[in-house]
Amino acid sequence: MFDTANLTKLIFGRLTLESLPLHEPIIIGTFAMVALGGAALFGALTYFRLWGYLWKEWFTTVDHKRIGIMYMVLGIVMLLRGFADALMMRLQQAIAFNGSEGYLNSHHYDQVFTAHGVIMIFFVAMPLVTGLMNYVVPLQIGARDVSFPFLNNFSFWMTTAGAVLVMCSLFVGEFARTGWLAYPPLSNISYSPDVGVDYYIWALQVAGVGTLLSGVNLICTIVKMRAPGMTMMKMPVFTWTSLCTNVLIVASFPVLTAVLALLSLDRYVGTNFFTNDFGGDPMMYVNLIWIWGHPEVYILILPAFGIFSEVTSTFSGKRLFGYTSMVYATVVITILSYLVWLHHFFTMGSGASVNSFFGITTMIISIPTGAKMFNWLFTMYRGRIRFELPMMWTVAFMLTFVIGGMTGVLLAVPPADFVLHNSLFLVAHFHNVIIGGVLFGLFAGIAYWFPKAFGFKLDVFWGKMSFWFWTVGFYFAFMPLYVLGLMGVTRRLRTFDDPSLQIWFVIAGIGAVMILLGIASFLIQIAVSILRREQLADVTGDPWDARTLEWATSSPPPAYNFAFTPVVHDNDAWWDMKRRGYARPLAGFKAIHMPSNTGTGVILAGLSTTMAFGLIWYMWWMAAGSFVALLAVAIGHTFNYHRSFHIPADEVVSVERARTELLAAGAKS
Amino acid sequence: MSSDVHAHAHAHDSADAHAGTRSGQLIGFGASVVLTAIPFLLVMTGSLDKQATALIIMAFAAVQVVVHMVFFLHMNTKAEGGWTMMALIFTIIMVVIALSGSLWVMHHLTTNMMPVHEMGQTP
Repeated sequence: MFDTANLTKLIFGRLTLESLPLHEPIIIGTFAMVALGGAALFGALTYFRLWGYLWKEWFTTVDHKRIGIMYMVLGIVMLLRGFADALMMRLQQAIAFNGSEGYLNSHHYDQVFTAHGVIMIFFVAMPLVTGLMNYVVPLQIGARDVSFPFLNNFSFWMTTAGAVLVMCSLFVGEFARTGWLAYPPLSNISYSPDVGVDYYIWALQVAGVGTLLSGVNLICTIVKMRAPGMTMMKMPVFTWTSLCTNVLIVASFPVLTAVLALLSLDRYVGTNFFTNDFGGDPMMYVNLIWIWGHPEVYILILPAFGIFSEVTSTFSGKRLFGYTSMVYATVVITILSYLVWLHHFFTMGSGASVNSFFGITTMIISIPTGAKMFNWLFTMYRGRIRFELPMMWTVAFMLTFVIGGMTGVLLAVPPADFVLHNSLFLVAHFHNVIIGGVLFGLFAGIAYWFPKAFGFKLDVFWGKMSFWFWTVGFYFAFMPLYVLGLMGVTRRLRTFDDPSLQIWFVIAGIGAVMILLGIASFLIQIAVSILRREQLADVTGDPWDARTLEWATSSPPPAYNFAFTPVVHDNDAWWDMKRRGYARPLAGFKAIHMPSNTGTGVILAGLSTTMAFGLIWYMWWMAAGSFVALLAVAIGHTFNYHRSFHIPADEVVSVERARTELLAAGAKS
Repeated sequence: MSSDVHAHAHAHDSADAHAGTRSGQLIGFGASVVLTAIPFLLVMTGSLDKQATALIIMAFAAVQVVVHMVFFLHMNTKAEGGWTMMALIFTIIMVVIALSGSLWVMHHLTTNMMPVHEMGQTP
């Protein structure tokens, strides 16, 4: 009766032994390393009996601070993967000359550049930005947690689920070979029949749920949970930029979800939205995905602008110059970021009127951005600047980002774009703004808020090593690409014919190795800082003599953040409190109402992962089963009435007394 | 604090006295029925030409959206300290930009780039 072939197909769908990349020695080697490392980590966690601790204190936590830290860990782990891809590309392009094919075949190379883009944007930049916002925003507005703490945990695990799917594609099957936005018709089923694009679609859809919900959560937190007295125009700039970023997330991510849903309909049920035949129009996909895609880059850069604002005013010892103009510039950028998407496809053929409209709107964006730059400069002007690590990153950002911004304005001129479109000039431009803007901002933010999160500063020596390797490495890696782009070299090439180009690729490769040293120094910096935590300790909770509310509490803050909700009278609330001789309340503590931990987020995200895996491999039973289980668990969770508890007053008293003693000890020494 | 504002707005503001009350729900319901019935009648009787019918249906649909928002979703300029209205305006701006922009862009792209299938139309 039973046909074994059919039965296997029913159970495993498209998944066969051939799907495992056993013929690719590079991937086998990577897999062996990952498996060994994973086994070692698993063994160590089991040996030291840490699973229970991790589950109870971290995986199931609803504390915005711990979720923020988990986002950062996710981002840093994925940075290593994304950067490994970058190194592989640099090596390939540096050696594939004079008839050499390099060491990556085209099948593998195309996956590498796609995975690099997807991972760096969705699973490095986004988690790091979301992590910082998660950690800092509630503290900056004097709140005890975000508006929806369980949702926050769920959002994190959905983002992680997306990352897990992308990592899965490395060892089971393959990733998309389409470039990071998976344009049809190439990404349609007729040209990409394999699982790569399906991995892409479902990883982004699953992670997108997390991003969207976290956006809703943070908007609600900022609008509803500010400390008394903190009007909108007294909010710290980082909170303002976070608000705008999350508004952008909520407004733009549904477009991505919709366009990927249409693409999956094309791929799964044979609709013709983006096909070449039957009235389909691939250009519609390009149009829609950039309606999401352009706001996305502002989603990344706006929080970085907020970080630079906080860092500049703190380390210049001055109130931020032009607070109001800073806020308006942020809001204007938020709106304008929706009016420029077509500059990503000037060459697709919209014609002169459309192209000039979008060219002009694009150039207009540089005005509010330039205003911000001058605000930072004027904040520094006549300030007593302390060149600590966050400030060093900020100065490097100002110099680097201005170059990237100017090449951006150059690309905004449609005739110039016809020459530079899809060239390495473009690649150099967006790396210039994303590394020089977003990444430097994130490093500034990490160095700035690390002592808040862990109670000790980061080691300065290794921080400076990381800083110099990163900045110098960046210029070595990407300035040659500008040159190559002007000479007409297009992006995503695997081999080259013209031997005179090789030297530039070799220089870029050297730059990438320097960045590698920068990343290594960053990891060493964290390790060294943990080892030297006694010397680097900060007991005051305010190691930088900073200005905003997060520095009013201890480092690390207690679970409840603030024993009493602070009252705000001024911008730079904490600076104002210090100036007015604020005295910490020492008595009258009450029990504090807090949300309870729950494992539902982990379970829901796990089920989403298996559902996506089932859909990718056509294992329909698995997808359907996971979906039913997903609904059951979600409905079941609504019957969980143990959602909150009270931290007893005694515990608050003892935590606050410990802080008082630490402060006294710190004042004496 | 915002819930106080909300209650306050309900208690004292005569402008939205109907919102959330039985009479408000009934007015909304009546308006929705009328706004739905007229387009149906137009289509069933076919008394106007196609284009006029389509335009009138669209217009009634737009009014219907407003009726739902005012009478069933209780939206007004004061709810939640004005945030609801602000969010609505922002959403409308975004949707208008995305839709009109896409139509404009796609119209140009289609005219310039799409292959012409009916050979008879090529000059």
